[in-house]
Amino acid sequence: MLQRPSQAPGVFAAVGVPPVVWLFALFLAPLAVIWTYSFGENRTLVDIAITGSWGNYARALKPLYLAILLKSMGFAALTTVLCFILGLPVALAITFASRRAKLLLLVAIMLPFWTNLLIRTYALMAILRTEGLINSGLGALWGIVPGLPPFEPLPLINNNFAVVIGLVYVHLPFMVLPLYAALDRLDRSLIEASLDLGAGHLATLWRVVVPLALPGIVSGIIITFIPALGAYLTPDLLGGTNSQMIANVIERQFRSANDWPFGAALSFLLMYLTFAALMVQAIISRRSAEREAAR
Amino acid sequence: MPDSGPDLSRRSFGGLAAALVLDGCSRAFPKGANGEEQRLNFYNWDTYIGETTLGDFSKATGVDVRMSHYANNDELFARLRAGNPGFDVIVPSNEFVTRLQISGMLSPLDHARIPNRANLAPEFVDVPYDPGRRWSMPYTWLALGIGYRKSQVDGVPDSWKWVLDSDRYSGRIGLLAEGDDLIRLGAKYLGHSVNAVTPAIMEQVTQMLIRQKRHVKLFHHDEGQDLLASGEIDLVVEYNGDIAQVMADDDDLAFVIPREGTLINSDCLCVPTGAPRPDNAHRFINYLLDAQVGADIANSIRFPTPNAAALALMPEEYRTNQVIFPSGPAMAKSGYGRFQGIGHIRAVEEAITRVMAA
Repeated sequence: MLQRPSQAPGVFAAVGVPPVVWLFALFLAPLAVIWTYSFGENRTLVDIAITGSWGNYARALKPLYLAILLKSMGFAALTTVLCFILGLPVALAITFASRRAKLLLLVAIMLPFWTNLLIRTYALMAILRTEGLINSGLGALWGIVPGLPPFEPLPLINNNFAVVIGLVYVHLPFMVLPLYAALDRLDRSLIEASLDLGAGHLATLWRVVVPLALPGIVSGIIITFIPALGAYLTPDLLGGTNSQMIANVIERQFRSANDWPFGAALSFLLMYLTFAALMVQAIISRRSAEREAAR
Repeated sequence: MPDSGPDLSRRSFGGLAAALVLDGCSRAFPKGANGEEQRLNFYNWDTYIGETTLGDFSKATGVDVRMSHYANNDELFARLRAGNPGFDVIVPSNEFVTRLQISGMLSPLDHARIPNRANLAPEFVDVPYDPGRRWSMPYTWLALGIGYRKSQVDGVPDSWKWVLDSDRYSGRIGLLAEGDDLIRLGAKYLGHSVNAVTPAIMEQVTQMLIRQKRHVKLFHHDEGQDLLASGEIDLVVEYNGDIAQVMADDDDLAFVIPREGTLINSDCLCVPTGAPRPDNAHRFINYLLDAQVGADIANSIRFPTPNAAALALMPEEYRTNQVIFPSGPAMAKSGYGRFQGIGHIRAVEEAITRVMAA
């Protein structure tokens, strides 16, 4: 039987207070400080005067920074699309696998999460480098065939290609897990009905599976897109001279530029975009719940 | 390093977490004769100390040194800005000695407790960025130049032109990712002083870097020597000591100070404000300035030492090494970078963001 908070206030307080305190002290309060900084300006190297001015936001909306933001969104969108294309078959395979294989496949998806991002990125660097595993492997194969010109290593690192590879590699689990969660709950008799009634496999996928799994797909897209948009380590380590993303600019404001107010304004610009994306998700999932209820 | 303890550089939760690690969950240390705990937190650059220096100090004094690393001066500044999380000795570069000092983040040195400062070479005793050496003792000095692979470069690339303003080595160039250094070197190449970068000069350098960018393979974070050694690039803007380290293993590598002159730096030992063990800090600084200790450090890190007594103990090969001790007309045209105010930092940062975005 459900209890109301008023019937057992002690229990609810004991369970509820620690997370609320945690949320306020360690998340909302620091965030509020940064938000306040975004309306300030540097007086000296260490003093920030809160002037209430919108100057930092005005500067953040200059074409220079907007162009970088747009470019970052491009990177994040491409990453999300590639993750979806790669992730959907993987999620389908996990859904329809035997119980034992399902567990193994899920562990395989989760495994990279247990390794530090920095280590994973360095491992990727060892693979993609000019003298790395791929190029030395190809070079060795090349050497076997007689009569070929000398092997030119492929430019696999320090360019935008490497950044996208790195982002997809890092964010794939973010896409696969919500897709799997949505597909696993699917009523399989609907798929069978679709196939029995003459729809092909692709038609069934696009006209039955995808619409039913839409909330999961939207979640997957959003929780892939948002961290990819804020990626900083990947473009920094794998990128070339043309791979600057918005998080790299933000990082420099807090480090070399020593301009916390401007860094704060840029961060909050990114945060507002995140809120907007989450609102879109909420609207879509409410609509699909309403449609469900109307049936 | 004897008992290295927790490696702080991996713990980047900021000052609070660092303070907990430094002071909270470590074992109890006995108090020394000076009333301070027998330990010391040393915040240093990576690969920037002798192999046995910390252990030897510990044997000599009973003070246990824990060293953690930072990657650049900005990281050091950002870390200390929120309050000293428990460091006793830090190693900022000359310009950051100024920045930290005017921000009230350094505590003055007591010269009476550093008798080994008598070992310093005369030109390091009094310096413009710290008159009278009230706040800092020099640890090393260093000069930016071009490290290159001899077999892949025609002759000696003795001008900044080859990395900043030319397509001759297109796709094989690595530049340092430090905006301020790049702008200043660009100004130097165009014939200006490193400390007189006006907005017009900065714009000119920015345009030059934007033009040059398509010939640049990468911007590195002070790991240029490794990129050069691994063959990833053939020319790199780096510090003399870093290139000297890799030249020891590869005869095909060389280093030159471009003829237009360059930017000189000096890394200095300082005691940050709020250091928990200031007397140990002074003892440690004095120890590092000892002749034999300084020689051991120079032997490991291959950077030029400002310590005349230590230099006298070094082998001929080090003392006459033109990479470690560059000389000649190019050096005569070189100078230290000075702090030019927060407006300058902001302008440099926006210029570099433009270069990177172009």
